[in-house]
Amino acid sequence: MSTTLLAVQKNYLNADYGWKSWLFTTDHKRIALLYLFSITAFFFVGGAFAVGMRLNLLSPNGLFGHDTYNKLFTMHGIIMVFFFLVPSIPATLGNFLIPIMIGARDLAFPRINLLSWYIYIGGGILALSAIVRGGVDTGWTFYAPFSSTYSNTHVILAALGVFIAGFSSILTGLNFIVTIHTMRCPGMTWFRLPLFVWGHYATAIIQVLGTPVLAITIFLLGLERLLRAGIFDPSLGGDPVLFQHLFWFYSHPAVYIMILPGMAVINELIACFSRKAIFGYSFVAFSSVAIAVLGFLVWGHHLFVAGQSMYASMVFSFISFLVAVPSAIKVFNWTATMYQGSISYDTPMLYAFGFIGLFTIGGLTGLFLATMAIDVHVTDTYFVIAHFHYVMVGGMVMAYLGGIHFWFPKITGRLYPEAWAKFAALIIFVGFNLTFFPQFILGYLGMPRRYATYADEFHTLNVMSTAGASILGIGYLIPMIYLTWAWRHGPISPQNPWHAKGLEWEQAPTPPPTFNFIEPPVVTEPAYNYAEES
Amino acid sequence: MIAQPELKHHFDDAGQQLESSTLGMWIFLATEIMFFGGMFCSYTIYRSAFPEAFASTSHFMNVTAGALNTGVLICSSLTMALAVRAAQIGQKKALIWLLILTLTLGCVFLGIKGMEYHEKWVEHHVPGPSFHYEEAQYAQNAEILFFLYFAMTGVHAVHMIVGVGLLITLIIMASRNRFSAAWYTPVDMIGLYWHFVDIVWIFLFPLLYLIGHTK
Amino acid sequence: MSHPVVAIKVYVGVFLALITLTVTTVAVSKIELGEYNFIVAMTIAVIKGSLVVWFFMHVKQASSMTKLFVAAGFFWLGIMLVFVLSDYVSRGWLPRGVWWHS
Repeated sequence: MSTTLLAVQKNYLNADYGWKSWLFTTDHKRIALLYLFSITAFFFVGGAFAVGMRLNLLSPNGLFGHDTYNKLFTMHGIIMVFFFLVPSIPATLGNFLIPIMIGARDLAFPRINLLSWYIYIGGGILALSAIVRGGVDTGWTFYAPFSSTYSNTHVILAALGVFIAGFSSILTGLNFIVTIHTMRCPGMTWFRLPLFVWGHYATAIIQVLGTPVLAITIFLLGLERLLRAGIFDPSLGGDPVLFQHLFWFYSHPAVYIMILPGMAVINELIACFSRKAIFGYSFVAFSSVAIAVLGFLVWGHHLFVAGQSMYASMVFSFISFLVAVPSAIKVFNWTATMYQGSISYDTPMLYAFGFIGLFTIGGLTGLFLATMAIDVHVTDTYFVIAHFHYVMVGGMVMAYLGGIHFWFPKITGRLYPEAWAKFAALIIFVGFNLTFFPQFILGYLGMPRRYATYADEFHTLNVMSTAGASILGIGYLIPMIYLTWAWRHGPISPQNPWHAKGLEWEQAPTPPPTFNFIEPPVVTEPAYNYAEES
Repeated sequence: MIAQPELKHHFDDAGQQLESSTLGMWIFLATEIMFFGGMFCSYTIYRSAFPEAFASTSHFMNVTAGALNTGVLICSSLTMALAVRAAQIGQKKALIWLLILTLTLGCVFLGIKGMEYHEKWVEHHVPGPSFHYEEAQYAQNAEILFFLYFAMTGVHAVHMIVGVGLLITLIIMASRNRFSAAWYTPVDMIGLYWHFVDIVWIFLFPLLYLIGHTK
Repeated sequence: MSHPVVAIKVYVGVFLALITLTVTTVAVSKIELGEYNFIVAMTIAVIKGSLVVWFFMHVKQASSMTKLFVAAGFFWLGIMLVFVLSDYVSRGWLPRGVWWHS
């Protein structure tokens, strides 16, 4: 294997030069990189707001005052949810890998893929201008009638940014569904697909069917802000709970848009670093689809204390228990995969371990919240905040980092420094738990969310949480530095540094040429065919 | 001169390309079902909550205009279906004329809609500071109905306008010989879009115009 | 070719059915049927929509996958309507909780 020769071969990175070749590209791999840089930028914008919040919460009397604090948590939520978490893995790793994993030359609609990125940037610019002009203070959930009638901040501007970004998500989902249906190479049957692809297929179903409802909800909200007809305003005969129904109809499935791609990555990491096929492949594949479908039937668990009927709440609560089952199936199957596997502790695997543990904690606490009797006590407290940060940051972001590290050689043709990577993973793990575990306790003890000040008895735990956040922040900065360094100066990667299975490792060069393969692949083996080597 | 299927480089063959386009368009239409669906859902909730108020508004709806518009759109769906058929058998002239007819009918629809909106404005039935409803007891809830009326028909009209733009594009492409029996996918796809917008109106019409006409 | 050529008379037949149903729905709306006015109007609308989907949009000749996608779209709308309505309908089942009555 001639490693030096590979780096100067024609690949998608050096196929063409100049800003036009990037901004007008239709190559899914380049578009993935465009997304990668934009998403990273938004992550740090959202993170900056988090820094502001945690600084404020160092003291029970706050630092910034209530109005400013309201804006901080709102903007943190909007940026993180809509401009980081929802697009993250699908638009970066999904875009880059799905065509290669199925043996195709590109996605079904390459120009729509590029359009999707431009739409995302357009929405992002609107959201950023809302920030620059003074921010929004409604919470990322935009609850009416505060958002429709009483808030004096830039609601319409921010909501418009979210509205537009939603179309980016819809187009990505549409592209993935069609691609996976029609562009698999010869021999790539549905049940030979990497589970990464199944996970993204399920995600795409949610993106396509759920996001339009967010769009119309925001549209109605904006229209109401202009016309004040009262559709969500009780003083004018409207029902604010209707807004919540419509909003959460999307936003609950949205959390599965955020986590399913993370789970999709974990499949690949566990299989490779256990040198074993994923246990119960079809169960895991179907569990992704089950999560996507069931995820649409549970949104009422966000409305338990909002005035929703007891009977509807019971139905939603029950189905919320059900939706935990497919997630549990995945966790069990990953564990079973590792059993008697040949485990190696490279950085991606460390992130996978982190994911499994932290996602399990987050998921279990979700069950507590789905239980109405508990929810009435801990809703709108830090318990909820800890729950979703465990699944989103402890889960999703860890999976994202694991995936970035795993496929870094494929994307850049270089290797990252493993020692620094392991160190950063450890810092992130410690920082994360120190930040968010105290929040479970705070919530249980009664500290409400979205308040700039708090009772003195919560002081110590808040200081702990802020300390953890500082460590976590440093933990996130370290990979930024070494990954950027490694892109230019890292050692050249061999074709398959992890000796992993899969078309992207075995058949596509590292980095791939513009059309991914030198010869169109034909598939004859099952997925994760690690057994053959023993 | 027969136009050949324009095979994009990332597809293996024309069949794969057509299948992709069709699936893609249907997924897009599914997103539109959900998009309009949010408004239909809101409408359903408020109508079941305020039946008398909603029924009272139908006296102020121009049923003639609405029914006429329904007829216009159904005609345009016929001409669109015939246009796709003409493309399928390579009849360029018929295709262009049928597209122009569809476009004209679409513009008639928008014209009638515009007239209706003007009527509503003059009658002070546009929600907002100028809103005034004749039956005071129902005013608050009627304003919500009119809000939904404008939201639903307005979003529908925007979709019609986009459709009109797409039809103009098709007419230009057809007159430049871009289509043939071997490849007419854009006509097919935009046809699907046009029919969908018709279906939305098929539901909007009875819901907004025909409530409580017996009272 | 995505589907076999459909005869013009099929399209015209569907068109006439749609016009007839439109006239019917307007006529029926003028007859007092209480609750059934809404049901009849919606039934007619569903029939009209189905005719457009089945014939004008060629779903009759489409692949099973396409039919599944179409059905899924309408089914999902059904999920939203049924579950949201289930909240509002069942609010009156407890002494408290109906917002539009006093």
